[in-house]
Amino acid sequence: MATTTAPAGAVASPRRPVLSGRTRDVALGGLGLLCVVVVLQILPALGVADPTYLPSSTDIGAALGRLVTEPEFWTAFGQTLRGWAIGLAVAMAAGVAAGVLIGSVPLLRALTASTVEFLRPIPSVALIPLVVLVYGSQPQSALILVVYASFWQVLVQVLYGVADVDPVVRDTARSYRFSRLTVLRQVVWPTALPYVVTGFRLAAAVALILEITAELVIGVPGLGQRIGVSQSSGAVATTYALVVVVGVIGVAVNVLARQVERRVLRWHPSIRRELP
Amino acid sequence: MTSLFPTTRRTAPADRTRPSTTPGDHVSTPSSDVALDVRALKKIYEGAGRQVEAVRDLTFSVARGELVCIVGPSGAGKTTLLRGIAGLLPLTSGEVVLDGARVTGPPAGMAVVFQEYGRSLFPWLTVRQNVELPLKEKGLKKAERREKVEAALEAVGLADSGDAHPWQLSGGMQQRVAIARAVAYEPSVLLMDEPFAAVDAQTRADLEDLVRTLWHRLGVTVLFVTHDIEEAVYLGQRVLVLSNRPTVILEDVTVDLPDVRDQLETRSTARFAELRHHVYELVQKAKKGYRPDGEAV
Repeated sequence: MATTTAPAGAVASPRRPVLSGRTRDVALGGLGLLCVVVVLQILPALGVADPTYLPSSTDIGAALGRLVTEPEFWTAFGQTLRGWAIGLAVAMAAGVAAGVLIGSVPLLRALTASTVEFLRPIPSVALIPLVVLVYGSQPQSALILVVYASFWQVLVQVLYGVADVDPVVRDTARSYRFSRLTVLRQVVWPTALPYVVTGFRLAAAVALILEITAELVIGVPGLGQRIGVSQSSGAVATTYALVVVVGVIGVAVNVLARQVERRVLRWHPSIRRELP
Repeated sequence: MTSLFPTTRRTAPADRTRPSTTPGDHVSTPSSDVALDVRALKKIYEGAGRQVEAVRDLTFSVARGELVCIVGPSGAGKTTLLRGIAGLLPLTSGEVVLDGARVTGPPAGMAVVFQEYGRSLFPWLTVRQNVELPLKEKGLKKAERREKVEAALEAVGLADSGDAHPWQLSGGMQQRVAIARAVAYEPSVLLMDEPFAAVDAQTRADLEDLVRTLWHRLGVTVLFVTHDIEEAVYLGQRVLVLSNRPTVILEDVTVDLPDVRDQLETRSTARFAELRHHVYELVQKAKKGYRPDGEAV
C-alpha cells in the first residue's frame, strides 16, 4: 500500500525491490515452497484430492518426524548415500580419464565417436534386467546402473572441455616448448575443468536418480527400497515423507556441487569477481 | 625474382640515402652476427579444392641485437609470416635459420608475444606463475626462476602485481605480463605479433617505449610485426614493408633516426615525417597491388 502515498510525479521513477540480489532470491524461493506446502494442506481438506492417496502436509510432516527417529531410516539413508557416492566417484574417475585420453588423441576420438553416440542414449534403466540376472538385488546392481548413467554425462563434458583449448593458448604453449605432460596439466586440464565441474553436477543428479530407481525397482537396500515397502504396505504418508527426503538430498547435492564449482573455478569468467 | 631482393633490400630511394648506422649492413654477413635468417619463405594454404598463396617469397635477415619492424597492409600475411618464423606453421618451401640452426618446430631461442594478450596468458595462474611456467619447463632451478621472474616483472614495471591474476589487470598491464614472460625466457630473438593493436593510444605509447628500453637494456634481437606505420618507424632500426598477397618485400627501409627516441621529440622531427611519409606511400602502393617486379595483381 506504500505506493499510494507516492507523489504523482514519481510515477516514472524505477521501482526498487525491497530486498536485493541473493536474499531476495532465497526469500522468493522459500515463499514458493511455502505455497506448495499450503496447497498440499488445503487440497485434501477441501476434498479435491483423496486423503488416502494425497495426505496433507501436516501428515507428511508427522511421518517425516517419526522416520528420523528410526535407526532403520538412517541405515537406508546411509546405504543410498554410499551407493550414490561410490557410483559417482567411479563414473567421475573413469569419465575424466577416458575423456582426457580420447580427447587428446584425435585418432582415438574419431574411432570412438560413433560408439559413444550409440551407447550414450541407451537409458540406464534398460540395463535393469541384465544387472538383475547377474547381481540380483545386491548393491552392485545399483552401482552398475549409476556408473553407466553418470559416466556418459562426465565423458561428453570432458570431451568438449578438452577440445575447447584456445588456439592462442595452444600456440603459446607450443612456442614455449611445453612438454606433453605440461600441456596436459597446465593447459588442457584447467581449460577442461569448468566442463568437468558441469559434468560432475549433471552426473551427481543422474546418479541419485539411478540409485533410487535401482533401490525401488530391483530392491537394492536404501531409501528407494523403503519407498517401495511403504507404498505396498499402505503407509502413504511415510512414502511421501521418504520422497521429500530424497528431494532434499537432491537439493543438497546440487548446492554442494555449486560450492565445489565456486572454489575450483575462482579464475573463470563465470565465477570471478571484478577488481578486488 | 630472388635476385631483386638484395638490391631493393639494401638501397634506400636515392633522394633519401643517408649514412646508415645499422650494423651488419652487408650482404655477406658472417653467420655469427645474424640472429635470424629467413630464406625464400613461401606458404600456400591448401583449402578444400583451392589453394591460397599467402606468402610468395620472403628473404631477409635480422642481425644480432637489431630491432626490425615489419609493416604491411592488412591481409598481407603478417601473421602467417610470424607463425612461420616461430615454427608454429609448416612452410611450403624456404627456410628459417635461427642462430645458425634451421627451424623445424618452435625453437628454444625464440619467444613470441601475441596480439591477444588476454588469451595468451593463462587465467588460472597468477602473473608470477605465468612468467615462471616457461622457465620451469626449461628446467631452471627454483631460486634462479624466482630471480629471473622478479627481474622481468621489475623490468616491465609490474613488481607489485606478481600475485594478481592477469584478468585483474588492465589490458596494457596484461601485455606487460606477456612481455615479462617473453623477456624472462631470455630468447635470442623476440617476436612480437601486433602486440599493441588492442590497447589504447596512451598505453600503446608507454609500451612502445618499454620495448625500446628493454631492447637497449637486454640486447635482445626483436622482430616486431605491426600494421601501424608510425609505430614501425618509431620503434625500428629497419622497417620491412610487405606487399599485399601473395606477400613479398616491397622495400627494406633503414630508419636513420637517433638511437634515443622520445614520443614527442622524435615524432615531431622532419626526418620522422619523411620516413613515415615514405613508408605510408609504400603501404598505399601495396594496397593498390603494386609489386616490386612490376607484376600487377
